[in-house]
Amino acid sequence: MAAEIEQQIPVTDTPFEIAGRTLRSRLILGTGGFKRLETLAEAIHATRAELVTIALRRIDPHARGSLTDVLDECGVELLPNTAGCFTARDAVVTAKLAREAFGTDWVKLEVIGDDRTLLPDAPELLLAAEELVADGFTVLPYTNDDPILARRLEDVGCAAVMPLGSPIGSGMGIRNPYNIALIVERADVPVILDAGVGTASDAALAMELGCDAVLCASAIARAHEPVAMAHAIRAAVEAGRLARGAGRIPRRLHAQASTPDEGLADLTPPVE
Amino acid sequence: MIFVNGEPRERAGATVAELLGDLGVETSARGVAVAVDGEVIPRAEWGERRVNEGERVEALSAMQGG
Repeated sequence: MAAEIEQQIPVTDTPFEIAGRTLRSRLILGTGGFKRLETLAEAIHATRAELVTIALRRIDPHARGSLTDVLDECGVELLPNTAGCFTARDAVVTAKLAREAFGTDWVKLEVIGDDRTLLPDAPELLLAAEELVADGFTVLPYTNDDPILARRLEDVGCAAVMPLGSPIGSGMGIRNPYNIALIVERADVPVILDAGVGTASDAALAMELGCDAVLCASAIARAHEPVAMAHAIRAAVEAGRLARGAGRIPRRLHAQASTPDEGLADLTPPVE
Repeated sequence: MIFVNGEPRERAGATVAELLGDLGVETSARGVAVAVDGEVIPRAEWGERRVNEGERVEALSAMQGG
């Protein structure tokens, strides 16, 4: 199955860069939600992700298997997140703890407003981003699909912006493609669609809208067949990227024949 | 009395490294970080930093997350 897919998809794309680091894969995998580490490892291979997110939580003395060992074996780079932080202060301390723990100054900055929506708290997010950039972090903020906030985050020195398609884990896809397109139009840093992807077509749409990459966790981890969905979403990211480069036709209200009218046969029966 | 990951413990005066040992974690373990009263304690200081009466220790490690 995997080999067949590999043969079908032409690898014609150029790598992209975040803060000077070249990434060949335009799919970033969130590690949350996988029931088994073995499945996570298989999904990493299927997505060909080079960068995966990771969190920090209180040490569980009964934890089985080492997550960092599995990720090291997969050869991926770690992108620690600040998930669960409600204030700029908590997010900044969590990022510093992650720097200690994982030896990276990259951070997926999340500062959320409430538990029900998990939507970003814009003022706290901006404050935390500014502070972390000043402290030398490479900041990738999870942000609302707000073109003005995205620009403000870029202005304070974020290395990328990661607007949501819809709330985390909702699988609602991209609710406001127009805003994502506006963010892409203005951004001078990579735009990574983060959160909301429910299935392959959502990831393809993100790329067709001009996003540089897609970050995806739940859609793969919680799929009935996570590894098959990992293949599907990787293929969708590549398809969407190719389609973006190819240039879609404009939408029209009425039909436009693809077969010419000229030379059409006259098949009228004789008048009696 | 100190608090380690929210649990009260009679370990005032112990070093951060000793408290990690209580949790079965070696100080060389990758993906581990420690905060005391909301301040990051760098790995290089785990051997010397003693935890005083009433302080709250957060000992963290890598966890799956989006």
